[in-house]
Amino acid sequence: MSVEAPNRALGDAGPTRPMESSATWPRADRVGLGLAWAAGMLLCVVAGAIVLYMLFRGLQYLSFELLVTRPEVANDQSRSGGFLDPIIGTLMLTVLGTIIAAPLGVAAAVWLSEYGRPSWLARLVESGIEVVAGTPSIVLAIFGLLIFSQPLFAFLSFTAEGNAVFGRSFLAAGAMISLIALPFVVGATREALNAIPSHVREASYALGKTKAATIRRVLLPAVRPGIGTGTALGMGRIAGDTAIPIALLGATLQLQAVDGPLGTLRGTGGTLTTYVYGNSPAGEGNAPEKAYAAAFVLLLVVVLLNFGVDLISRRRQVTSWTR
Amino acid sequence: MDPLTPPHAAPLPPPIRRIAVDRSPTTVAAPAAATNGHGHGQPSGIVGGGRHAQRAGRAGVERMRLEDLSISYGRKLAVNRVSLPVRQGEVLALIGPSGCGKTTLLRSLNRLIELTPTASREGRIMLDDQDVDRMEVTHLRRRVTMVFQQPNPFPMSIFDNIAYGLREQGSSRPRREELEPQVIDALERAGLYGEVSENLDHPALRLSGGQQQRLCIARALAVRPEVLLLDEPASALDPRSTARIEDLLVKLRDEVAIVIVTHNLQQAFRIADHVAFMYLGELEEYAPTDQMFGAPRTQRSRDYVSGAFG
Ligand SMILES: Nc1ncnc2c1ncn2[C@@H]1O[C@H](COP(=O)(O)OP(=O)(O)O)[C@@H](O)[C@H]1O
Ligand SMILES: [Mg+2]
Repeated sequence: MSVEAPNRALGDAGPTRPMESSATWPRADRVGLGLAWAAGMLLCVVAGAIVLYMLFRGLQYLSFELLVTRPEVANDQSRSGGFLDPIIGTLMLTVLGTIIAAPLGVAAAVWLSEYGRPSWLARLVESGIEVVAGTPSIVLAIFGLLIFSQPLFAFLSFTAEGNAVFGRSFLAAGAMISLIALPFVVGATREALNAIPSHVREASYALGKTKAATIRRVLLPAVRPGIGTGTALGMGRIAGDTAIPIALLGATLQLQAVDGPLGTLRGTGGTLTTYVYGNSPAGEGNAPEKAYAAAFVLLLVVVLLNFGVDLISRRRQVTSWTR
Repeated sequence: MDPLTPPHAAPLPPPIRRIAVDRSPTTVAAPAAATNGHGHGQPSGIVGGGRHAQRAGRAGVERMRLEDLSISYGRKLAVNRVSLPVRQGEVLALIGPSGCGKTTLLRSLNRLIELTPTASREGRIMLDDQDVDRMEVTHLRRRVTMVFQQPNPFPMSIFDNIAYGLREQGSSRPRREELEPQVIDALERAGLYGEVSENLDHPALRLSGGQQQRLCIARALAVRPEVLLLDEPASALDPRSTARIEDLLVKLRDEVAIVIVTHNLQQAFRIADHVAFMYLGELEEYAPTDQMFGAPRTQRSRDYVSGAFG
């Protein structure tokens, strides 16, 4: 749509008039404004519909019982239990992915923003992160399966008779799913680092401090809210991902530990997402009530994480320098 | 030709590096005898000279020496063959129009200029007869510290801001109890302790702009520097905070050599003992403050300085 008509009202009203009414705008501008408004409203309606519908369904079917009982394989839905294991699975996978993604992401961001030499290497790293960010998680998942079924990674998962490596476990899924969170951590940390004026770094150098000391004592504390924002965003993505738990975690109903140390981590399991998928009409199970209840819990987790993001980034404004 | 070599009165045609010569530390003696700021043959109506009761006749000890210093950014010459002494016991003000190379010159004194990849330097900078290029840079920067135009406390408590410089690189030792006397001393010297003594654990970035800048001065003083560089430290502050910082600098000049860049000529007049006027990268004139403002030697300084008292 072309919005080329000059603003005639400006001449009459004078450029300093503070509250110009859109009623005096040319038609094209008014139509544009109307569409923009409608788009905003539409999004509100969609978001409201999702939340309200899930709230309604979720509260209808959710019970404390479901949260604390383990799921069982049963055709009779009154005997198939709750989704304690998927909740634990989601928590474990999220925590695992985060403790891998956060330090890696922060390190990559610090290198990119504070060193970044030679510049061709920095550009390469940037593109690498962009590729990871753009890769669909199902692709990450099957790639991970390929890697983690190699004998080299046998220690990460269950090994069948005949030495076939299963390649599916919390460790394997956690490693791959960290790639989903990584770009968020890198992005938010870099943004925060770039927002620190260079004279702050120089103030540290001017006290005889090295670059390493400056990064550790000045820059990292300053970007903590940024790291928090990126990490929380990434956690939300991990908690919501379905492809990787299906392909790399086994998507079992219950957590199944293997023998030996860290048995649960090397074992298989499921998450809320795989549980919802499995029990909804889309999957094989047919327990939509429980799927709704679990979906509601999942939504709650993700909304809380995003709320945390808001909280952190609002606190960020308290500490800021002039450029 | 420059303040480091003995005078030979030579009214040279261009190049215009004619520099008022002030070799002996007591040059300003003549009109100085008893009076303060006013009555130096200054244009009347100058305010604030009074803060500077015993400006004239101060004998500074030379701490730093710039010899034929030139700095270029790529092929653009920003500082052109400047020679200057920096003395303890006095405040040296660098003045000049914006873009004339004041910041560039200042940043070369503690080799902060090396952080700009395109910058290259010629000439020598001596600190107590030692070439700064031969010194370990972190060591140099503890002896020649710097305060910036924008207040920039670190995102930590008031206490830790000061303690940061006292600690070894990234270490968190020595511990708080051991550092407390030094931290309090630095805050006192910067005239901030009275205001923050109860809140040493509060985040430094919650302080007001003027307090933040004094915290930055305290932070720079805490490492016991020999030279303190300040780049327009008051340009972002209100007049009251500015006045406090000016008082502070005048008090501090006996323990540390002070070089301040300022675009505020009144400020230079109020606090400086010597003034260096730079123009397009060159040192146009270097003179005792009273002389610079009362009887500048070159036409350019006269034009520029007259802007101060219009
Ligand atoms: N990082 C830089 N790269 C290129 N040129 C610069 C840089 N910093 C300053 N300059 C140039 O050097 C000259 C002197 O700058 P500066 O020292 O900042 O002047 P002042 O502090 O007196 O205003 C200016 O012409 C400026 O454009
Ligand atoms: Mg400057």
